[in-house]
Amino acid sequence: MLALIGFTLLLLFQVLGEALALVLPLNLPGPVIGLLLLWPALKSHWIRERIAAVADFLLANLSLLFVPVGVGVIIHLDVLVPIWWQILLILVFSTVLGLVVTVGVLAALFKGSDHDKGNDQHG
Amino acid sequence: MADFVELWTYLSATPLFGLTATLLVYVVFTAIYQESGQSPWLNPVLWSIVALGAALLWLDLPYQRYFSGAQFIHFLLGPAVVSLAWPLWQRRAELRRYFWRLIAAGFLGGAVSALSAYGLARLLGLPESIAWSLIPKSVTAPVAMGLAQTIGGIPELAAVFAVLSGLIGALLGRMVFTWIRVSQQTEGWTRRGFALGTVSHGIGAARAIQVNPQAGAYAGLALALQVVLASLWIPLLSVWLRA
Repeated sequence: MLALIGFTLLLLFQVLGEALALVLPLNLPGPVIGLLLLWPALKSHWIRERIAAVADFLLANLSLLFVPVGVGVIIHLDVLVPIWWQILLILVFSTVLGLVVTVGVLAALFKGSDHDKGNDQHG
Repeated sequence: MADFVELWTYLSATPLFGLTATLLVYVVFTAIYQESGQSPWLNPVLWSIVALGAALLWLDLPYQRYFSGAQFIHFLLGPAVVSLAWPLWQRRAELRRYFWRLIAAGFLGGAVSALSAYGLARLLGLPESIAWSLIPKSVTAPVAMGLAQTIGGIPELAAVFAVLSGLIGALLGRMVFTWIRVSQQTEGWTRRGFALGTVSHGIGAARAIQVNPQAGAYAGLALALQVVLASLWIPLLSVWLRA
């Protein structure tokens, strides 16, 4: 029952988000607005307990949810096959660069901060 | 045999087919992945997509028919994005404390990745619509589709690029982190997780969760942050790039 109410709450927040996305002059997708609305609502213990019951399951199996749209690659093979090596090169290059930049920025910003010091005691 | 053909024709036409096939294939590949000690090359998303895609092509089944069943799984992406409020809330103390630093890392990592993809695509002479579809590739697929639509890309291609970027991060993450010498202590796991969530969204985060709990938590945080950040800066970027 906890998870069922939690799922209903997720849908309600998504509906609210989708509705606001139509009304507000922002480019935020509906589910993102739903996320931002749910965040403060999690202060309520009652809501938190129910959201946790469903969110942990949903997020633990998040990668399954990408399969249907990923299979959609087969209807774009005519576009992708002639340029497959360019696409692969672009995606590998930009993904690796993104990883390196993110780690680099974190390393630079957290250099010698209490964050690192606190952790060094454990490590 | 005629009975079998009849049964198959009937079954392959119902939504039950796409739904069952997706879950079955994913469960099998996840079991293989677990059995292998979670080797990144046996990523269950990658092999599920390859197996299902190859099966559809081989059986000459239209994707639309598969999707009529698989859409029930696809639909859950919306509530899953909303549920990202939960990992963000759990990490609210760190988020509050390191707010601007995490925002800066998420923004710079995501933006450099997106812009380098766009620039390289134009450099290699790819059509503009494909270059635009590459920009939201660091964001989780449903949001990437919406963003691609807004900036003039092709939503379905954006989803495919997002899934591929997720897989590449999950596959190459460890190699890249070893190469740039990120430690395997708490602060190293924080950075690895945060970087994977920033660049490779849900698929990278799924990998991070399996490798280390600290990395997993920060990947969830980064993925949620990236959804919000990218939704704000990508539409602005498109205005700037077109100016």
